[in-house]
Amino acid sequence: MSASAKPKFAMYWAASCGGCEIAVLNTHEKILDVDANFEVVFWPVAMDAKYKDVEAMPDRSILLTLFNGGIRTTENAELAHLMRQKSQILVAFGSCACEGCIPGLANLSNKQALFDTVYNSPSTTNSQETRPQPETAVPEGTLKIPYFYPVLKTLDQVVDVDYYIPGCPPESHQISAVIDLVIQVVQGKALLPAKGATIGAGESTVCDECPRQRNIKAIKKFTRIQELKVVDPALCLLEQGIPCNGPATRSGCGALCPQAGAQCIGCYGPAAGVIDYGARLMTAFASVIDSTDPQEIDAILDGLVDPAGQFYRFNLASSLLRASRSAWKSQ
Amino acid sequence: MNTDTFEPVIIGFTCNWCSYRAADLAGTARVKYPPNVRLIRMMCSGRLDPTFVLKAIAGGADGILITGCHPGECHYLEQNYKALRRFQLLRRTLAQMGIRPERLKLVWASAAEGVKLAEEITCFIEEIRALGPLDWPALTGERIPVASGFISAEEGGR
Ligand code: SF4
Ligand code: SF4
Repeated sequence: MSASAKPKFAMYWAASCGGCEIAVLNTHEKILDVDANFEVVFWPVAMDAKYKDVEAMPDRSILLTLFNGGIRTTENAELAHLMRQKSQILVAFGSCACEGCIPGLANLSNKQALFDTVYNSPSTTNSQETRPQPETAVPEGTLKIPYFYPVLKTLDQVVDVDYYIPGCPPESHQISAVIDLVIQVVQGKALLPAKGATIGAGESTVCDECPRQRNIKAIKKFTRIQELKVVDPALCLLEQGIPCNGPATRSGCGALCPQAGAQCIGCYGPAAGVIDYGARLMTAFASVIDSTDPQEIDAILDGLVDPAGQFYRFNLASSLLRASRSAWKSQ
Repeated sequence: MNTDTFEPVIIGFTCNWCSYRAADLAGTARVKYPPNVRLIRMMCSGRLDPTFVLKAIAGGADGILITGCHPGECHYLEQNYKALRRFQLLRRTLAQMGIRPERLKLVWASAAEGVKLAEEITCFIEEIRALGPLDWPALTGERIPVASGFISAEEGGR
C-alpha cells in the first residue's frame, strides 16, 4: 500500500499531562501496527506539524483522531472543533477528555484563586502580581494568548464525540485491543461499535474484578490508607474503613490498585449506567456506615477528609454540577 | 434575579408511608403551605439517591427537602437511617461545591403530622428565601463559543 492510500490517523492533546501519549507508546510493538496501517498526519508529541496544515486538510479526511485532554482554553476548544471537522471518528481518549480528570478538579476553585495559586505561589517571584492577559499591546502590535475559561469542560461538552476510551491513562492492553479493532474495521473484518459507546473498558465495576474477600461492610471509622500501620492484604479495603472507589468505578483495568495494596481512586470513571459518579459513591459509602446516630455519623464522616476530592477526583467536570458555585461565577 | 420577587423553588422528596400522607392530610385538613415546594413521592426515604438532589440543583432548585418516617418507624425497618447518612454526607460535599448546607433539609414526619409538615415546609421556604437564589447555570445542550485565531496565529503560521 502506498503511504497516501493508508487511512489517516491523528492524536491531539489539550489540557492534559502527556500520560495518555506515553500510554499509547507503551503499547510497545503494537505501535508498529499503527504505523503499518495508518498514515500519521498530526501528532504534536511525536512529529512536527502545524495547526494550519490540519486546517488545510479536506474535511473528514482523517479516519481516526484520538483526542486527549480537557477543554481549558480557547485554543483547546478551537482544536476540538478543528479535529471534529477533519475526522470521521473522534475519540475522547483518556479521563481528561472523557470526564475532566485532575485538570477538571480545578473546577472547585474560581479563576482568580487558580491564577493566584499559579502566579503568586510562595516559590514564584511576581511582585507586580502580573497575570496573563488574552491581549497585550506591545510596540510591534498586539500579542494574543488563548483565553482561559473559568470552568474546564470535557470534550463532549464542546463537540460531538463518537467513542470514549476511559482511564488515567488507558491501560496499554486496552489500547492495543482498540487498535486491533480499528484495523479490523478498516480491513472490513469487523463493524464499529454503536456511536457513543465506551470502548477499551468493561461495563461493570472495579469491585467485580477485585479478588479481595468481601464479607459484611459495617464501618465505624474511615482512615486514609497512609495513616494505617497494618492493612489486611486479602480483605476488601472498604471493609477495613479505607475509602475505596471500586463500587462506582468502571471495570477494565483489572482492579490494578486494590491488587497492589492501594485503594481504587476511580481513574476509569463511572461504571455503565451511573449518571453521577460521586452520587453513586455517596450512596455506597453512606450505606456501609454502621451507625444510626447523627453525632456518631458525623464523627465517622470526619474520616473522609475531602469528600468532593474523594468522590470527584476524576469526574468533577462531567458531574451533574460540573463546577463549584464560585467557579461558575468567575470570569 | 430580583430578590424582591424571588420565589424559591423547592423540590421535596417524600416517603409514601409517612410524609407524603402527611402532606395529603394537610391538604384534606385545609392546612395551608406555600406552593413553592414540588413534592415527589418515593416508596421510602431510603430510595433517595444523591443523584436526585444533584439533578434538582443542576435543574434550578434553590432548596431540597427530604422527608421520611421518624427513626425506628421506617416501613422497611432501617432505610430512613440510610437517608440520614446520605443527607449528612451530601451536605458536606455540597459545602465544598459552594452550596450552603442549609439548602438541604431533612424532616421526619409521620402520616399523622400534616400540620407539622406544613409548618416545616413554610419555615424552610422562608430560610431559602433568606439565602437567595441558587441559580445553578443551566447546563443542557450548551456548547461553548470558540473565540479565535490561534490556528492562523501560531508560531510559524501565516
Ligand atoms: S471496595 Fe475496593 S477493595 Fe473492596 S472489593 Fe471493591 S475494589 Fe476491591
Ligand atoms: S483500580 Fe481504580 S484507580 Fe486503579 S487503575 Fe483501576 S480504575 Fe484506576
